[in-house]
Amino acid sequence: MKELKIPLIKSGTVIDHIAAGNAVKVLRILGIPKTHSFTVSVAMNVKSRLGKKDIVKVENREIDPHEVDKIALIAPKATINIIRNYEVAEKHKVELPDEIVGIARCSNPTCVSNHNEPVESRFTVISKDPPRIKCYYCEREPEDIAEHII
Amino acid sequence: MDFRGRDIISIKDFSKREINYILNYAKKMISYAKGERCIETLKGKVLSSLFFEPSTRTRLSFESAMNRLGGSVIGFADPTATSQKKGESLADTIRMADAYSDVIVIRHPQEGAARLAAEFSDVPVLNAGDGAGRHPTQCLLDLFTILTEKKKIEKQKVVLLGDLKYGRTVHSLAYALSLYGAELTFVSPETLKMPKEVVNECRELGVEPSSTSNLEKAIKDADALYVTRIQKERFPDAEEYNRVVGTYKIDNDLLKNASEKLIVMHPLPRVTEINPEVDRTPHALYFKQAFNGVPVRMALLSLVTGRKL
Repeated sequence: MKELKIPLIKSGTVIDHIAAGNAVKVLRILGIPKTHSFTVSVAMNVKSRLGKKDIVKVENREIDPHEVDKIALIAPKATINIIRNYEVAEKHKVELPDEIVGIARCSNPTCVSNHNEPVESRFTVISKDPPRIKCYYCEREPEDIAEHII
Repeated sequence: MDFRGRDIISIKDFSKREINYILNYAKKMISYAKGERCIETLKGKVLSSLFFEPSTRTRLSFESAMNRLGGSVIGFADPTATSQKKGESLADTIRMADAYSDVIVIRHPQEGAARLAAEFSDVPVLNAGDGAGRHPTQCLLDLFTILTEKKKIEKQKVVLLGDLKYGRTVHSLAYALSLYGAELTFVSPETLKMPKEVVNECRELGVEPSSTSNLEKAIKDADALYVTRIQKERFPDAEEYNRVVGTYKIDNDLLKNASEKLIVMHPLPRVTEINPEVDRTPHALYFKQAFNGVPVRMALLSLVTGRKL
């Protein structure tokens, strides 16, 4: 019998197929542990058919679509499983939209979007996997997207 | 081709066909730009000229272009005399210019400022330079200069020299020349090399630029040498500036070995990179290039306001 590394959860969200080593970045995107008091389990470097992966389980919280967009920036192959009463109620792959608004800050300090203007940051997605984005205003492409997620 | 209401923010917003159309239309403006003939195509139209950064050629040539077309100009060349000083956002300043005029020209130190301005304006916005970012009308007048001097842009051998890292004109120009399949050679100090993204853009358009530090060799059979100033104001570090300023100088001695057909271009202002003795040689094209800003900007103002010749 296989040993269960992470316990089953009754309800909440399981984020699976995160590229190995990126679970911590995903947690940061979800604002964990700063803003939540939910139980969170993390498994890193889990062996799977497609090599190693990370898994994050968040109990009693279903993540919203806005957060899914953010996750797609870090883990483009991730799947989101919404768990209700120990069953997978919904399952979908993350997908980056063609444009992302208000999720990441432009890496260019002299970009107009980083100044006192009534606009949200806005990026055009130039590649979904690997994720590459370009600032709509100054056209700068951030080298490390995770660093600039708001 | 209809450009009415169109913003001019980046050269990349335009196809080669559209660029050709603008350049050919600009040729029709030359005699009006020189004042040899008069027109009132834009009579009753008002241009807002918003210069948040210093400029001589771009501002004067835009204002001359609007006046030559019979329109009028409002605006400022010194933002300290505006409400920006009181903390007003660029967005609000643009809303005002939008209410007071039919077309807006903006130069601003922040990258992306013109794109933001276009979001808050119903009237067309023309980018006259946004920080180290884009300067599409300079790019168009550079292409216009090559076209009018060489009769075509395709396959020209062009050497881009100087500050290729921070110089905003050379990035757009390298991209635009690649659309025409020009042969590009980049010459710069090691620390001011053309950014990788720009080189990749040229490659995506089928052009493989070469890089060298040997200027003499590079200009031997070149058609055009595009010189840029090492811009002190773009350097984050004064020491880095002092290390590279004055690395390359164009003088008659250097040009002795150049091809006879070589034209020397420069977006100006120049400081020490071109010796004034070159001004009197047939190679010197930079003053004519600066004049070309007027017919090109006349063409753009006429096209975006939808009032053609």
